[in-house]
Amino acid sequence: MKQIVSILLVAAIGILIFSALYFSDETLKFNEYGNVNLDDRVSEKYIDKSVNGNTEEIIFGETQNAESGSANMVTSVVVNYRSFDTLGEVTVLFVSALGVGLLLNGKRKRKNLKDAPNFILKQGARIIFGIMVVFGVYMFIHGHITPGGGFPGGAIIAASILLLYLSDDEFRVKLSAAKAVESTAGSLYVIVGLLGIVLAGYFLQNFLPTGTVGEVISSGVIPIVYMLIGLKVGSELSSVIDGFLTEEVEG
Amino acid sequence: MTVLDIISIVAGSLMVVLGVLALNAKKLFNTVIYLSMMSMLAVVCFVIMRAPDVAITEAVIGSGLVTALFVFTLFAGKKAGGKA
Repeated sequence: MKQIVSILLVAAIGILIFSALYFSDETLKFNEYGNVNLDDRVSEKYIDKSVNGNTEEIIFGETQNAESGSANMVTSVVVNYRSFDTLGEVTVLFVSALGVGLLLNGKRKRKNLKDAPNFILKQGARIIFGIMVVFGVYMFIHGHITPGGGFPGGAIIAASILLLYLSDDEFRVKLSAAKAVESTAGSLYVIVGLLGIVLAGYFLQNFLPTGTVGEVISSGVIPIVYMLIGLKVGSELSSVIDGFLTEEVEG
Repeated sequence: MTVLDIISIVAGSLMVVLGVLALNAKKLFNTVIYLSMMSMLAVVCFVIMRAPDVAITEAVIGSGLVTALFVFTLFAGKKAGGKA
C-alpha cells in the first residue's frame, strides 16, 4: 500500500514538472534542446565574455586581457561574474562545519575501528596519500583552465585525510591548525572582495590583469580565490571527518 | 540512437532501480552502498551531459565523503545500541 501511494506521488510530481516545462504558455515555455535563442539569455554573454560589450571572439591561448580570463567558462561564472554566490556557498559550508564542531566538541580520542588497519592498507595509503594531495592541489590551481576548482579540490584533500584516518589508528588532524587555515582563507576571500571595492569599484571585482586565456598565471584573482576556497574547504571537511571518527573521553 | 544515448538510458534506469532498492533495503548499511552506487552512475550521466565540473564534485563528495560519513555514523549508532 505504502509503495503504491509513493509511486503515485512520484508520478504526480513527474507529470507536474513535465507539464510545467512543456505545456505552459509561450512566455514561460521551456524550449526543447537546441531550440533556445541564446541571444535572449544572459548566459550567452557570460560564455562570450561580453558583458561589458566587447565583440571580439575568444580564442584559447591567444586572446589577451579578456573580460574574464578564465578558459573554463563554469569557473568564469562561478568565481568571476557570480563570485558573491560562491561566498555564500562557502558560508553555508562554514556554518555546517560549525554545527558539527558545536555538537561534537570537548576532549576527544580516536574511535576504535572494528578491524585494525592491515599491512597492505598502511603501505598503500602511504603511496596514494601524496598523489591524492598533489591531485587536489592541481585541481584548485588549474580550476580556471580545466574542469574542477576549489570545492572538488578541497574535497579530494579531505578524502586523502580520511585515508590517513583509516590507515592509522592513532592519526589525528591538528584541529587548531585546521581552524587557523580555515579562518585565514575565509577572511582573505572577503579581503580580496574588499580590495575589489577599493581598486575597481565593486565587491569581488577582478582587479588584476587577466592575461592570456588558457595560461596558468592568468585571469586575475580567479586562481587566488580558488586556492583560498580549496584550502578552506579542505580544512573544514577534514575537521568534520575528525569529528565523526573520534569519540568523547568519558569523565 | 548513438552509443552515448544507450549508455545514458541504461545508467538512468539503473539509477531508478538502485533508488528503489535503497528505499526497500532491509539493512541501513545496504542503503548507504546503494546510494553510493547511484552517485557513481550519476557521474556517468553528468559526463555524458558534458558537465565535467559537476561530475568531479559528485564523484568526490557524493560517492566518496558522504558514503564514508554515513558508514561511520551507522557504526556509531550501532555502538550506542540502535538498530543498524
